[in-house]
Amino acid sequence: MNLTLYVWRQEDRNDKGRLVQYEARDISRDVSFLEMLDIVNEGLVKKGDDPISFDSDCREGICGMCGQVVNGVAHGPRKKTTVCQLHMRHFKDGDTLYIEPFRARAFPVIKDLIVDRTAMEKIIESGGYISVHTGGVPDGNAVLIAKRDADAAMDAAECIGCGACIAACPNGSAMLFTAAKVSHLAMLPQGRIEAGSRVCVMTEEMLKQGFGNCSNHYECEAVCPKGIKVRFIAKLYREFIKAKGNL
Amino acid sequence: MILDGKIPSGPLPEKWDLRRAEMKLVNPANKRKYRIIVIGAGLAGSSAAASLGELGYNVDVFFFQDSPRRAHSIAAQGGINAAKNYPNDGDSVERLFHDTIKGGDFRSREANVYRLAQLSCGIIDQAVAQGVPFARDYAGYLGTRSFGGAQVSRTFYARGQTGQQLLLGAYGALLRQVKLGTVNLHPRTEMLDLVVVNGEAKGVIVRDLVTGAIGSFAADAVCLCSGGYANVFFLTTNSIGSSVNATWRAYKRGAFFANPCFTQIHPTCIPVTGEHQAKLTLMSESLRNDGRVWVPKLKGDQRSPEEIPESERDYFLERRYPSYGNLAARDVSSRAAKEVCDQGRGVGPGGRGVYLDFADAIRRLGADTIRERYGNLFEMYERITDENAYNRPMRIYPAPHYTMGGLWVDYNLESNVRGLFVLGEANFSDHGANRLGASALMQGLADGYFILPYTIANYLAETKPGVITTHFSEFIQSREEVSAFTNKLLSVKGKRTPAEFHRELGKLMWNNVGMTRSEASLKEALQKIPALREEFWQNVLVAGAGMKLNQELERAGRVADLLEFGELLTRDALQRDESCGAHFRVEHRTPDGEAVRNDKDFSYVSAWGYQGDGREPELHKEPLAFENVDLAVRSYK
Repeated sequence: MNLTLYVWRQEDRNDKGRLVQYEARDISRDVSFLEMLDIVNEGLVKKGDDPISFDSDCREGICGMCGQVVNGVAHGPRKKTTVCQLHMRHFKDGDTLYIEPFRARAFPVIKDLIVDRTAMEKIIESGGYISVHTGGVPDGNAVLIAKRDADAAMDAAECIGCGACIAACPNGSAMLFTAAKVSHLAMLPQGRIEAGSRVCVMTEEMLKQGFGNCSNHYECEAVCPKGIKVRFIAKLYREFIKAKGNL
Repeated sequence: MILDGKIPSGPLPEKWDLRRAEMKLVNPANKRKYRIIVIGAGLAGSSAAASLGELGYNVDVFFFQDSPRRAHSIAAQGGINAAKNYPNDGDSVERLFHDTIKGGDFRSREANVYRLAQLSCGIIDQAVAQGVPFARDYAGYLGTRSFGGAQVSRTFYARGQTGQQLLLGAYGALLRQVKLGTVNLHPRTEMLDLVVVNGEAKGVIVRDLVTGAIGSFAADAVCLCSGGYANVFFLTTNSIGSSVNATWRAYKRGAFFANPCFTQIHPTCIPVTGEHQAKLTLMSESLRNDGRVWVPKLKGDQRSPEEIPESERDYFLERRYPSYGNLAARDVSSRAAKEVCDQGRGVGPGGRGVYLDFADAIRRLGADTIRERYGNLFEMYERITDENAYNRPMRIYPAPHYTMGGLWVDYNLESNVRGLFVLGEANFSDHGANRLGASALMQGLADGYFILPYTIANYLAETKPGVITTHFSEFIQSREEVSAFTNKLLSVKGKRTPAEFHRELGKLMWNNVGMTRSEASLKEALQKIPALREEFWQNVLVAGAGMKLNQELERAGRVADLLEFGELLTRDALQRDESCGAHFRVEHRTPDGEAVRNDKDFSYVSAWGYQGDGREPELHKEPLAFENVDLAVRSYK
């Protein structure tokens, strides 16, 4: 199939940036979206042009390194699918695609489609873990965890940290990302002890990093490649209120 | 040279305790005077860096991704082994040790493997304490499943994302140390050289992938946790950025490269579809718990799978290996699949595929149970192939996946270059000629959490901290060499892209040095690789400039190293004139196609020493002594 692409090109974070038109020719319906960009890039390099820079690593939808906005939707049109797993069979011959970076106040563009997501890491760094040392821990079966709780924790823990939720949010909020980690750990007995302090430091850091607040648009859940549910945001609020009550 | 693995004396179960008792310690107040460099942030790198930071050392971690959470350990699906014996099915440290030694076809060190089995249980406990949400049963106890090469159920898992959850556990521990100020992260930074001063590893030269700046970092010790080299085959299950450069540059600074020809081909991957595919995707081996592998009995049978009656199907793993059936070890299963395809009985486009069929399991257990166990894998399969595996069997084919070879290390995980420690997939130590499923996560974490923190202290205790700085001539010289290498890549301005060279190298390696190897195919590869490398340096086209973000330049540097490394891998495969584990030489097989080992002549680790460009590397040997297991013919029949 043949496609017309309008791709965001930006030299560095100080450059203004612009959409540039490219043609993608003879694309097989079985290649992935990123493989389609690889083909376009190979053509650009041969012509002596600067290829389009974009992040990717595992290319199987789990590392969270890739992410672009395709026709206005983070990770493109297919539900629960990262761009590396999005296949061209979901597009039609002659389609026009607008390809842009994940945009948010907290995500400065590094080059073209690559953004700096350090702000997300800062949220985890502030307290998104259980403060356990290596060694000296009890047997794995010493604390029993109901299957229901282990499954619910896993539902939240599946987050791949790609940032699509933030790019999709009109407020540039990291609420779903933060809530997923807060919920994952708060639903496990070993994570309860720090649950109160964790939700406080993580939400504080989230605001400090320039992420907006949640105003219930639910765009985050709609684009999440792992299908993380907004009910975890409710869980975050509940943990927050409980923690503040205990202070 | 005959290499000494520095294995402790004493009975096997006591060796690690004895070593721990005799090793020197660093006083807690002195630890903060030492600086340690860690390359790579996967399971081995993150667990090591977090544990070292906790102990009080200053740690610098370098990785090419934007966050440690992206490292390719995250893609491990099926699980992690541990000898907990929770199901009461007869597991023990002894049995995990035996299974791993046998799985590796008796080409690994007994003492290392035994230690790994001993440490396995503690890893599960550590991960649980970190909040890793392993699967639980209805009473709240940890669940397990079976994996290839084992007849007990010892594999712990978190849906089909066990690697992700274990990495996020280690990542949390790492970021906690970042907050406490003991660990510095250097994201989007690639190691391009190891700096050796007076025979000891004292630093690295790196390239900042955003600005293009070349930087020097000095430390008291260096840990390489940079993963494997399967991408020498181009189409593999490895990530796009996985490469050999960190270990290869260390090799060129004197570290021995051990058993490079031991490369694992994973039996259950999604078959190749076309020329422009960037990589292959693995489907967890755990699928073989419930899926049955078959092909039509008839050559060239074009019927769709549901039209082929039971009597005309060949369940070739169950037929050839009745006691392990669909759970035979990876190398054995992969070769069996290749053989039936070579006979013209393969399925799907191009005939390079076999069925993995869940119809029986769905009839027996119901679709809901199968969805619960493998739902995300079935979804992934559908996303890639556009086929629904609940209704029609999956098509799978073997693909390069993991590399057992790596830098040579002694029992303390220290290379022959003093002060250079190598962990996880980057070293060669525990999996012999073939790794069992769910053992890579176990090894990476055992190395990082529970081995390195002890053994590195033994080295540091004899080292005065902070003596070597980046002003030493070795740093200045190495930095100039790295800059020259980068400029040389940019100055060729030829006609072919780095990706084209990578693809061609991969095809050559896969055809000549892949699942089966012969003297003729290896000798041919030894002719063709240097020719391709020469063409690369005359005709590579690297777009862009050096002093900015340039992904083509990154790719070109990785391919340049793979073009050198591929030759060493092939040379190793040629000298190992036997079949063992994943290394299958067609000259050495039984009439029914099984590997024939030669213990008399090849019961050793091959460790190659760099002698300079254009000169043959020197082969060193470490004899393998088996005092506790019988060197049996490995059989899954």
